[in-house]
Amino acid sequence: MSLSKIKFDKKIVLSFWIILIALIIAAPTILPVFRLNLLGRYLSLSIVALGVDLIWGYTGLLSLGQGIFFALGGYCAAMYLQITSSSEFPNNIPEFFALYGVEKLPFFWEPFRSPVFTFFAIWIIPAMVAGLIGFLVFRNRIKGVYFSILTQASLLVFFNFFNGQQKLINGTNGLKTDVTQLFGQMVGSESMQRIFFWITAILVIAAWFFAKWVVKGRFGNILIGIRDDEPRVRFTGYNPVIFKTIIFSIAGGLAGISGALYTVQSGIVSPQFMTVPFSIEMVIWVAVGGRGTLLGAILGAVFINYAKSLVSEALPASWMFIQGGLFILVVTALPEGVLGWIQGDGPRNLLQRFGLKRKIETYPSLEVNNKEGNNE
Amino acid sequence: MNNKDLLNLIDITVSFEGFLALNKLNLNLKKGELRAVIGPNGAGKTTFLDVITGKVKPTKGEVIFKGKSLVGRKEHKIARLGVGRKFQSPRIFENLTVKENLEISVTTPKSPLNLINKSIKNEQLNEIDRLMKIVNLAQKVDSKAGSLSHGQKQWLEIAMLVGQKPDLMLVDEPVAGLTDEETDLTADLLKSLSGENTVVVIDHDMEFIRRLDSNVSVLNQGTVLCEGTMETIQKDQKVIDVYLGRPED
Repeated sequence: MSLSKIKFDKKIVLSFWIILIALIIAAPTILPVFRLNLLGRYLSLSIVALGVDLIWGYTGLLSLGQGIFFALGGYCAAMYLQITSSSEFPNNIPEFFALYGVEKLPFFWEPFRSPVFTFFAIWIIPAMVAGLIGFLVFRNRIKGVYFSILTQASLLVFFNFFNGQQKLINGTNGLKTDVTQLFGQMVGSESMQRIFFWITAILVIAAWFFAKWVVKGRFGNILIGIRDDEPRVRFTGYNPVIFKTIIFSIAGGLAGISGALYTVQSGIVSPQFMTVPFSIEMVIWVAVGGRGTLLGAILGAVFINYAKSLVSEALPASWMFIQGGLFILVVTALPEGVLGWIQGDGPRNLLQRFGLKRKIETYPSLEVNNKEGNNE
Repeated sequence: MNNKDLLNLIDITVSFEGFLALNKLNLNLKKGELRAVIGPNGAGKTTFLDVITGKVKPTKGEVIFKGKSLVGRKEHKIARLGVGRKFQSPRIFENLTVKENLEISVTTPKSPLNLINKSIKNEQLNEIDRLMKIVNLAQKVDSKAGSLSHGQKQWLEIAMLVGQKPDLMLVDEPVAGLTDEETDLTADLLKSLSGENTVVVIDHDMEFIRRLDSNVSVLNQGTVLCEGTMETIQKDQKVIDVYLGRPED
């Protein structure tokens, strides 16, 4: 990589951090609670987007089923909140059970009485489910579009299962969290929402550092190797199945955390989290933001979703067209996404087109970065 | 077969839906040997490598490497046993730098935990420096491998192969698309590797094979037609008929 490009990347990253930290500090005072809550939700979505970037942008696994793990994380959080807030209801179990004549708590709810168990379950359960699905798929060397179809099919299986189980998890109605209590406070209250916003902001940064740590160095290089030429990785003595299972599992865990944060801020978890369009949207955020950039995934998730809510308020019916148009624009004109375009030669090419910058006749590496020297 | 042999292929048959890509192929390699394998298109040269490296499972026959059977083993396990392969067209990781490519090859053990936890060992870094000097890529350390010229890519892949420290190196058409000078350098490099390593080179380029000055196996229709030095096989009537054509005047 050339010298000037590294500097440029650093500038982008630094300015991003300054803006981000300023935003996070300023947001709770500037934004009304409603907007703050929206921002918190979209920040939590950026964690699932980071996972998508890890498996798709770096490893080349296009999963259309991240909604499974997102929803699992959400359900784990919601079950805990429901069960700890059920003391005034009949049989001391969550209220909805009474609607279906259930008197005894289903066995799998029991461990969710424990906050410690729930804390781990939120990310470990989705990670384990992802690891299991991933291992079976990868071991059989299913890849490319077949992998995508398979993940989407799994998504539908989970969706239908959760949708149909009224007596276990309230089926299609989902589990509400906004009127539940957490540490003696109502989850939907203004002060709690503020706390959730802070937690989300911190976890987004933590998730970004974690993802960065995963992809830097040799482990990340193997992921890129698997994306670009998997057989070559195999013939070099690495077992791609293990690497793919690990990264898919990590993405599942991130999705779970994301889902839990989204649930407590939106007030409900329901099988709607496992619909096909939602999981495809996650991929669109990453595609628009920039595959394989991590930062692009965060920016894509936050900005697209914020745009979505602003556009939907002004022109309710038009968002789907805008989102579709955005995706087509990115696929055709900016295949590396917005951030990938900025980091690449995009801005220079654009300036050249308007005659604002000198055209480069030979290779950019020879003319622009001649400081570095290409002495062979 | 004797215990000095590193590799024995015994009656290998590979059938692709009735088409015999390899037909009762027998081949033995001694430790430290340099062996060239030639043959017309479709003779089964690449399938022969696929069988050794585990990409293709033979329909019949046995592959014995260091006294162990390789049939049915996964590719990465065979690679870890000490079989390295260079592909026909350069297969390097174009989005990684030259150094990162070499890191992937020299790293041991090749487990995820080792890769994510520990930084690369010093001796491995020294090995990378040594390899980059051998293949003249020292000044390209931090360049993306995709930006290298075709010849440099071929050489990087050879360096990656050497970095894996395999007991057996399978080299598929290393000089395709190289200049004459690069071809000569490659031949010298491969010759210098044999002795310590066992090297199998597959190629079409007769000048290059001659320069390797090694035993040659001629493959035709999935079986070994003839084995011997370049002089012997050039005089062999069967070989002349199927492959070499009339000897040059």
